[in-house]
Amino acid sequence: MSADFPHRHAAHCESGTVASLLSHAGQPLSEPMAFGLAGGLSFAYLPFIRIQERPLIAYRVPPRGILRGIEKPLGVRFTVERFRSPSEGQARLDALLDQGLAVGLQTSVFWLPYFPDDMRFHFNAHNLVAFGREGGDYLISDPVFEAPVRCAAADLQRARFAKGMLAPRGTLYYPQPGRPVRAPDATAVANAIRRVVRMLQAPLPFVGTRGIRQLGARIGRLDTAAPDSLLLVGHVVRMQEEIGTGGAGFRFLYAAFLQEAAQLTGRAALDELANRLLEIGDRWREFALAAARMVRGRDPFEPRALAAALEGLAEAEHRFFGELGRAVR
Amino acid sequence: MDTRAVPQEGNATLDGHSKAVYARDEAGRIVAVPCSGWQAEEIVTLQAVDLFRGRAEAARRRARAGQASPLEYWMYARRMDLATFSQSCGVWQWRIRRHFDARRFARLGDALRARYAEALGISAEQLGSVP
Repeated sequence: MSADFPHRHAAHCESGTVASLLSHAGQPLSEPMAFGLAGGLSFAYLPFIRIQERPLIAYRVPPRGILRGIEKPLGVRFTVERFRSPSEGQARLDALLDQGLAVGLQTSVFWLPYFPDDMRFHFNAHNLVAFGREGGDYLISDPVFEAPVRCAAADLQRARFAKGMLAPRGTLYYPQPGRPVRAPDATAVANAIRRVVRMLQAPLPFVGTRGIRQLGARIGRLDTAAPDSLLLVGHVVRMQEEIGTGGAGFRFLYAAFLQEAAQLTGRAALDELANRLLEIGDRWREFALAAARMVRGRDPFEPRALAAALEGLAEAEHRFFGELGRAVR
Repeated sequence: MDTRAVPQEGNATLDGHSKAVYARDEAGRIVAVPCSGWQAEEIVTLQAVDLFRGRAEAARRRARAGQASPLEYWMYARRMDLATFSQSCGVWQWRIRRHFDARRFARLGDALRARYAEALGISAEQLGSVP
């Protein structure tokens, strides 16, 4: 049993899990590097997809995008297993842990009792690392917590086999043993940045900076008298800040990656762009604070003001990603 | 954001935990910093929590008054909307909605009761009443 897994506190569950698993497998990797190399940054506003009555708003790539995206740049392969029956899934997890492996798991946040009660919602794509068993408990390194935690077997089982949207079906993964992991290099970093630039500048109405504009336009049209209006505003802020993003909808996390990328590639321009992205992140935070104050009723609800802030952010990101693209040409 | 500007407001919703945010330290390096909470987050988290609490409370009152079955209360108490609950228990939404009716719910068979209870993570006995 590998009861000593080097736990690291991360901003985001998936990049944290991937960085932890690969570092444990012998290739030291920071969370920002895992996030950036996998091309994790994005923006999407998909009003026709509803999750718990609200439209899908994401500041990053869809779940499992980081796990999949990291494979090519580092030459690593994750073995991913799913199970038809919960008992099969538990037996397999136990067998892997008994071999001394650390295993990534997809779980539902709602059924994990160690989460604060107010954070427990039905989100089925929460990632964590199981690294051992003791008594009736699993030893868990959950990247969004400061320290390792324990989870009773029955609870973890329930979280792994929760049903509904993105049902994990017991999904577990681990880097294929015996396969060497490459260290991140300048080419991989530049390719990953190009991918994100393409995504943010996609000529599609609901993704990238156009998606931000689209969301701004939607918020600008909100009826101040309708009770659902403030629910949408609060939802945007939750997706940006509350759902483990490292602040400003992953913009701060990506800035950390750009800084690391500047060192690795020797391109000083990236260093400057990292600081620019921090400033853009600060503006996202200002937007979040203004929106939250309206939600609470501390300030009058002014959809137009929020729309203008989003429009400004779309413009700032449009320019920013243009320059970022030129910096890695 | 600079590390000194990282809010440390001790959110009730984080229950004493900290989350990691990225910020720039004095040396100009962008690093992960624990954050004990920020009012903007607390407000929107509570908004989402209160939405379910309010619905559960209304459903509880209806159930107490005999105007609805306990099923609706338990669904909201477990922070599910109808679509999520339907996916969790594998029963059509319109059928679940029928079982929000107290009389129809009273006639419900043991198998379906057990299925609902399982999806909600409670015992079939608990499902029969509201707290």
